Amino acid sequence: MHIYANPKRFLTLASWLTPLLFWSGMVLTLGALAWGMFVVPPDRLMGETVRILFIHVPAAWLGMGGWTGIAIASGALLIWKHPLSGIAARAVAVPGMVFCALCLITGSIWGRPTWGTWWEWDGRLTSMLVLLFLYGGYIALSQASAREGGSYKIPAIFGLVGAINVPIINRSVVWWNSLHQPPSLTAGKSAIDGVFLWPLLVSVIGFSLLFGAVVLMRMRALIAEQQVEARLRRRALDDDANIDADTSNIVEAH
Amino acid sequence: MREALDPWPFVYGVYAVGLIGLAWLIIWAYRAMRRAEKRRDEMKRK
Repeated sequence: MHIYANPKRFLTLASWLTPLLFWSGMVLTLGALAWGMFVVPPDRLMGETVRILFIHVPAAWLGMGGWTGIAIASGALLIWKHPLSGIAARAVAVPGMVFCALCLITGSIWGRPTWGTWWEWDGRLTSMLVLLFLYGGYIALSQASAREGGSYKIPAIFGLVGAINVPIINRSVVWWNSLHQPPSLTAGKSAIDGVFLWPLLVSVIGFSLLFGAVVLMRMRALIAEQQVEARLRRRALDDDANIDADTSNIVEAH
Repeated sequence: MREALDPWPFVYGVYAVGLIGLAWLIIWAYRAMRRAEKRRDEMKRK
């Protein structure tokens, strides 16, 4: 793992991994969505709205998985102080926030025909909304820290502390009364019939591959921006050194 | 008794939101990456 923490090695790996993740993700995602829309039969209880499952569940998984990624990368940054960990955490934030927002929007649309309401302030929905705000806070904090040259530790600690919300989201439907259904998939068990489960698994894998491709694109962009900044800083220092040398030559000549 | 809502507008709405959101994310990330890498390569050449 540490071998690829070298930015040069990482960029070599990312240059062929990005299109691979992107195209395999596209094929699986579009295939799963077509499967969910045109092949899967209506559910006995939810009817045609069961098709929303194939977008809502991957979005929820990646919204929570994104913050788990931020927490792991933040932990690695605080322990090993490797800058690539900080770049990885920053790269996950925007896609994680987009999927968190997609989860909330698609869940709200699903709620209207199923529960009769667009929104309910229950444990699951509220904790997911808190996650969206945490993403917003993390993005603002990490951007400010990168721009102002502040400590990398503050967004990393925020990323670790915010991770407490992930198990709360996961267990919210068990701990509190909720309109949201209890977990349908637990370790080794599934309450979902195979006719829905297989396209759902393909959809989750496809969306995850696309998420990985977007994270790699963000990491490449952030590394390139840092390289430009480092080069500009080096040039400015060289220019300063030349000016100092010219000034001392003029003083000596007088 | 309350009449059930037609589910299809909700299903289409979710698919539209999901696909537009995903497309926006991919295009934004790709363009930002290309722009940053192009700037870095131009700076290297100078």
